[in-house]
Amino acid sequence: MELIFEKSASGRKGFQLPKSDVDIQADIPAAYIRKTECLLPEVSELDVVRHFTQLSKLNFSVDGNFYPLGSCTMKYNPKFTEQAAAIKGFADLHPLLPQLDNSLVQGALEVLYHMDRLLSEITGMDDFTMQPLAGAHGELTGVMIIAAYHRLKGNKKTHIIIPDSAHGTNPASAAIAGYEIVTIPTDDKGALDFQKLKGLVNTQTAGLMLTCPDTLGLFNPDIDKITELIHAVDGLVYYDGANLNALLGRARPGDLGFDVIHVNLHKTFATPHGGGGPGAGPVGVKRKLSHLLPISRVVKNADNTYALNYNYPDSIGYVASFYGNFGVILKAYAYILMLGKEGLRNVSDHAVLNASYMMAKLKDYYQIAYDRRCMHECVFSAMRQEAQGVHAVDIAKFLIDKGMHPPTIYFPLIVKEAIMIEPTETESKESMDQFIAAMIEAAQLAEKDPKSFKQYPKTMPITRPDEVKAAKEIHCNFFAKR
Amino acid sequence: MSGFIANTDSDIKDMLQAIGVNSIDDLFVDIKPRHAPHSFDVPEGKSEFEVLERLYGLAARNATNLVSFLGAGYYDHYVPSAVSALASRSEFYTAYTPYQPECSQGTLQALFEYQSMICTLTDMDIANASLYDGGTALYEAMMMALRITGRKKIIMDGGVSPIYRTIIRSYTKNLDIAFAETPVVHGRSNRAEIKKMLDQDTAAIILQNPNFFGAIDDHSDIVETAHSRGVLVLESVYPVSLGLLKTPGEMAVDIVTGEGQSLGLALSFGGPYLGFMATRKEYVRKMPGRIVGETIDTKGRRCFVNTLQVREQHIRRERANSNICTNVALCAIQATIFMSLLGRSGLKDLAGLIFQKAEFARQEISKIKGVEVKRSSPTFNEFTICLPQKASAIIPKMISQGFAPGFPLSRYYPDMEHYLLIAVTEKRTKEEIVNFAMALERALWN
Amino acid sequence: MGNEEEYMYTKEHEWVCFEDNVAIVGIAEYAQSALGDITFVELPDVGEDVEQFERLASVESVKAASDIFAPISGKVLEINKKLDAAPELINKSCYDKGWIAKIEPSDLDEKGNLMNAEEYQQFLEGLDT
Repeated sequence: MELIFEKSASGRKGFQLPKSDVDIQADIPAAYIRKTECLLPEVSELDVVRHFTQLSKLNFSVDGNFYPLGSCTMKYNPKFTEQAAAIKGFADLHPLLPQLDNSLVQGALEVLYHMDRLLSEITGMDDFTMQPLAGAHGELTGVMIIAAYHRLKGNKKTHIIIPDSAHGTNPASAAIAGYEIVTIPTDDKGALDFQKLKGLVNTQTAGLMLTCPDTLGLFNPDIDKITELIHAVDGLVYYDGANLNALLGRARPGDLGFDVIHVNLHKTFATPHGGGGPGAGPVGVKRKLSHLLPISRVVKNADNTYALNYNYPDSIGYVASFYGNFGVILKAYAYILMLGKEGLRNVSDHAVLNASYMMAKLKDYYQIAYDRRCMHECVFSAMRQEAQGVHAVDIAKFLIDKGMHPPTIYFPLIVKEAIMIEPTETESKESMDQFIAAMIEAAQLAEKDPKSFKQYPKTMPITRPDEVKAAKEIHCNFFAKR
Repeated sequence: MSGFIANTDSDIKDMLQAIGVNSIDDLFVDIKPRHAPHSFDVPEGKSEFEVLERLYGLAARNATNLVSFLGAGYYDHYVPSAVSALASRSEFYTAYTPYQPECSQGTLQALFEYQSMICTLTDMDIANASLYDGGTALYEAMMMALRITGRKKIIMDGGVSPIYRTIIRSYTKNLDIAFAETPVVHGRSNRAEIKKMLDQDTAAIILQNPNFFGAIDDHSDIVETAHSRGVLVLESVYPVSLGLLKTPGEMAVDIVTGEGQSLGLALSFGGPYLGFMATRKEYVRKMPGRIVGETIDTKGRRCFVNTLQVREQHIRRERANSNICTNVALCAIQATIFMSLLGRSGLKDLAGLIFQKAEFARQEISKIKGVEVKRSSPTFNEFTICLPQKASAIIPKMISQGFAPGFPLSRYYPDMEHYLLIAVTEKRTKEEIVNFAMALERALWN
Repeated sequence: MGNEEEYMYTKEHEWVCFEDNVAIVGIAEYAQSALGDITFVELPDVGEDVEQFERLASVESVKAASDIFAPISGKVLEINKKLDAAPELINKSCYDKGWIAKIEPSDLDEKGNLMNAEEYQQFLEGLDT
């Protein structure tokens, strides 16, 4: 498809500005004026509308396609939450209005305060900050809190322990907060190797970062022993909330011994992923860490009004400019209010039911990474198909032609040819059965005609882009000379 | 069944049978009774209608009817209807990161167009596919400069938003980085101070244009001195101003960042916003965040992919350029639609209109007895005024007359209790500005 | 450069050969093949001092980034600038045109820490099982 710049025609305009109503002759001195022309396209409003409508049609999306992307929780995003975030009284609210008077933003502060209480109750933590703007941002905030805890106590801590199955954001976040990373392997049952962990934990251990259930979709029954082991050396245990969708109403990270947690509102609490953001990654802590949370914090006064409080001298400071991705927080808030206690419990029950069904129906066709009861997602390996020369990526491309977004492939890194399937609770049995049929068809085709896989996808506008060329020639700007 | 769940009783029965268990509880065998929640006291669920009623009620307790002169980096611009109409297409907003390029060309091409627009706007070689917001983008730029130079000292111009500076301070508490700040009040960057501080240990100097107080600058001379000492120059910009103002590229700046909220995003009480970043091509591998690149497919057709992913956390883990996982794709797409609509002349005209209105407001306000407009060089869309009384005494009187009267600078500068930072956008009419000046006069003297 | 039978190897699959007391360094077939299409090589600076088994350079493919470690300590005398524009030389000719750097060795006794071709071949066979 043509780029918007290639549709440009000199003199065309897509937007009418108001005429200046101020009668004034003032100019910016020439020395401060740009001389190079800004080459934005010249297009009409209809050109723009048609261009982006056509672009949108090139995407698979949850609304249009089954999207079982493991670890990403691509559940249905309820429409009424979009309406909630667009309410003028929220959408037009300037973030600095509380600097004039907290009374101007009482509704917004109540949303933030109530969301803090709800997330605390759901996860078993004591206090939350809404500031972190994404999951990885929440991780960084969490590790900063861990670092502040040790610094204030005078603890000499040097490293954070992270399983080899973890999301790459865990080690990256811990490293940016100034820690060394110690990697702990996964045992033959797919769990964190407890014996090895015992050997690695020492007085230098600042903490442990865990996903629970882990990235293999497995719940570690020894989880409380693990948190105890870390607490014994005054380490803190961090809960990566990526997989919280499995646990709602069934277990709370706070009760399992976790000290710091982030929650991905765009996963568990159904806010849209936006093609890769914006998300939101609120962070919750146990009471002993509350004084370290970022400022500002929303507090409730005795007269039931709300205020922003900056007076926390031990706070790690600001991790974002304001109070988080408020528009995203609102959508998650609306979702939690609608579902309520029973609805939230149902989420995890059916997320786990659907993934378990998927695992049961596919395990005769694909090797299971670890043959145990899975939670909200299941991980297969395409090793059997790989023996025929068909890789996980080939199966993914085959699925695209069936109108389905492929599962996550090649993650977790510890599973060769990994295929990670997370159907989520919102998929119907019918759509899962269609996916299962397509996966079985792929497995059978891999036996019969493995070479045919290289041609997939056949029905899309493009097929198998040359990523090597993209990385070598680096053309990322239409205006750059080649 | 509540919670957007499709499974019927008969589905559940069939599925449990296929799995080989008797009940859903059996699926949770690994969660032992001792792991059970100590409490789960969440309110009962409500209907869509009831939840929306509650939210409309809460929204009504926020003051969005004030005529706003409040800015400080976040502005009350008009967002054309086509922006939200197109960004509301669920093919954009219910997709995820384009891991599979064949079924994500819409997002990928839009992000390529976004990167290209940021490049032409800032006059730089290469831009990433967006970061969380303006503040975190500036922090990421600083980390990038530390990686490129291998040095450990950062100089921050006092004209950089104090909101950004506090974020950077927070993030770097655990790291071995030295900071120095140069004071600036009301005017342009303090050249003599900055040039004195730039030395062989300095990784970068961080500037902002227009600065927090609204002053327009040409940083070319600072860039020249910095480069002669191997120091990189980072500049945070207000993107709308670049419709008119001398670009970071023309000043030979090394890394440009900014807050993209003014490019078609709602204020939304602080987010979601859009951090943009652009740099020179030689630094592309040190840049954080996703980057979309052009390539061809097996049949030679032009297409777009996430590229240079080996910089990122999912491959490089603790040695990645940043811990950032995704970008803010939807916000970047909104900005792309906004910039497409405004186009070449529109952005220039918008910048001109804002400047004219701000100048008009400055003149009107300067006529008020006892009010001093503080500036020693040209300002763009914002300017500071000094009141004969404390701002805190005047603010309630302005609110009661229907105005959000600007940002009280004492929030970040304790000795500036008499100061307000006034912002003007294209939405402010002549009448509103005149009324604002009259209201301020009444608030001061009645 | 001549016969890779006469090269010496590391466990990280770097090779080194010595010509007139200059050590020429590259990566072995095994590493080249494991990485796939190489898209970028980050070369050291000429004049830089490197330590045996410490980072010398890094190579990137689409899916991975790997460090290349110096097989021997010394000063970097020359780098293969052709790799800037044509990183694929490593894929096409890892033992010859795809060399990475030339080092002036500071301690030839370090050769004792390296494997000869036969030992490396045995090491590779051990990896496969």
